[in-house]
Amino acid sequence: MSTTVAHEPTFLAQREFHPFEAGGETFLYLVPSAAVFHLDEPSLAVLQALDAGAASEDALVTALAPRLGETAVRRSLAELMRVQAIGLTTAPKETFPRVLPQADFPLTTMVLNVTNKCNLACTYCYEYGEDKIVDTTCDPAPNYMSEETAQQSVDFMFEQSGDLPVAHLTFFGGETLLNFKVLQKTVAYARERARELGKDVDFSLTTNGTLLRDKVIDWLAENRIGVTVSIDGPKEMQDKFRVFKNGMGSYDYAMPKIKRLLERHNTRPIGARVTLTRQTLSVKRIFHHLRNEIGFWEVGFAPVTTADQRGYAIEDAGFDHMLDQFNELAQEFLDFAVEDRHHGFSNVKDTIEEIHKGVSKAFPCGAGLGLMGVATDGDVALCHRFAGSDDHSIGSVQTGLDRKRQFEFLGHHHVANKTDCSTCWARPLCAGGCYHEAHVRYGDTGVANLHYCDWIRSWTNTCLEVYGEIAVRNPGYLEQFEA
Amino acid sequence: MDHLKAINQKARRIQAHVGASVAANGGAAHAPASPAASDPDALDVVGLESRQGPHIPLGCSLVFAPGWEVDSTGGTAGLCQPVERDLFDCHLACFWPAHVPDQLNHAPDWTGKCAAAQKDWRKIDLIFP
Repeated sequence: MSTTVAHEPTFLAQREFHPFEAGGETFLYLVPSAAVFHLDEPSLAVLQALDAGAASEDALVTALAPRLGETAVRRSLAELMRVQAIGLTTAPKETFPRVLPQADFPLTTMVLNVTNKCNLACTYCYEYGEDKIVDTTCDPAPNYMSEETAQQSVDFMFEQSGDLPVAHLTFFGGETLLNFKVLQKTVAYARERARELGKDVDFSLTTNGTLLRDKVIDWLAENRIGVTVSIDGPKEMQDKFRVFKNGMGSYDYAMPKIKRLLERHNTRPIGARVTLTRQTLSVKRIFHHLRNEIGFWEVGFAPVTTADQRGYAIEDAGFDHMLDQFNELAQEFLDFAVEDRHHGFSNVKDTIEEIHKGVSKAFPCGAGLGLMGVATDGDVALCHRFAGSDDHSIGSVQTGLDRKRQFEFLGHHHVANKTDCSTCWARPLCAGGCYHEAHVRYGDTGVANLHYCDWIRSWTNTCLEVYGEIAVRNPGYLEQFEA
Repeated sequence: MDHLKAINQKARRIQAHVGASVAANGGAAHAPASPAASDPDALDVVGLESRQGPHIPLGCSLVFAPGWEVDSTGGTAGLCQPVERDLFDCHLACFWPAHVPDQLNHAPDWTGKCAAAQKDWRKIDLIFP
């Protein structure tokens, strides 16, 4: 056995990218770098010539030079090679390095589940509904987080935040405001600790809106606490699943309080967070109700997390319908952005920010990394959705982080392990999607959420198109993302 | 770059990086040239480079079993183990037992006269099934 070294002609071929058109121009979204480049006529012609398969440099020049000039073709080739949009067929395939973060990766956000009790009984709730992962009725963990555990959590948060100047503390539930007393004490304690440590601390919470008394609203405003209200839209949609335990819809009860919140709490923008189901898919209608009629600053949507056989799970046709409406709203967003106006469709804005920064994710989100959730008893979980689950615990605020478990988790969940994702151009932004969604759907946090791949690719393409068009028509708008 | 325009922050970083390496190569980007001319690394064959640096034989795997590789000059003289060692390697580390005789039953003495493969490889018997 011996090897002869042959000098074959060098063939060039396309590498991994996703081309898209916007504002009459053509752009490339490169994978895995997540860089966005605009193509001029010669570079586009070179790429198109390689659509049919690999070709030698000379063949490309011969074919294209008469129309575009040899210099332009050769320079385009060189530039496309340098950014790795094309490459030699003999070059090894680009691998996505499986690099794990450093052990002392700082915690940026901690989510405190201050209670696992709720005064509503939303049918689809992942915490209490059919797909719950923690049985809170039998679990020995307390229903309400104690003041002591909350303070230990604050200490844990500052300790884990390393050198970061700001820590973000988010309150979650259950219904967060059921434990209002502990909220108040914890905010005061966290501020005091932050002052001692020379740091800043930022607060936010999520609520269903039913317990927003004036006293609570004033406290939220005084303390500059960011508020997200879980709400599903106009009355008939809100009342479909977001009900009290006797089955009564919550719209009429919550809405006056939510309006009062929007009126009195002016220190932070207030957002709405909508859960979409098969029965409540009128995205545009929901958006305009919440944004324009009610007055939320931002409205974000997420499909319900559920096993696929549930009655409220969105089926394929539903995903198409949802996507159509998302696209229409994205167009509205674009029209606003071109005129430097605020629109409020947060799904598109968040994605555009990631596109502009060129985010290429090794993990779909910060869970277990820069974000952790704390259960009522102080157990630290990957995120708030896993709070209280022994299988997904990575330590406790009393005894500290279990670094070994944390890094086993990260090692196992790196996008490089998700073979389904390895050929997908959307992986820099998606990286396989939500761990909790995967757990509920497939029983395994480590698998990619294959049920919405088509949807994610379509939606990412829409966001790229919106991004490209803003870059052409109003590039100044994108400067806000350059922090 | 004249034909690609960086749009997002990542693209601008790549452009700066590429610009820096082009400048280090004597500004080759501004000459109308092939990828090979503008970037000396572009057309190089991976593994056969004879420049300074750690030597990785072509075809090398994690099981360091030389024999069918070449050294950094394209020959076999500089291999870390002699090419003849490959005779045994087929059934030791390469998971390819069909190419050597069955030494447990049929040809136990196949290598009896070959104490050191590098020196004695000519003494290995021919085996006929």
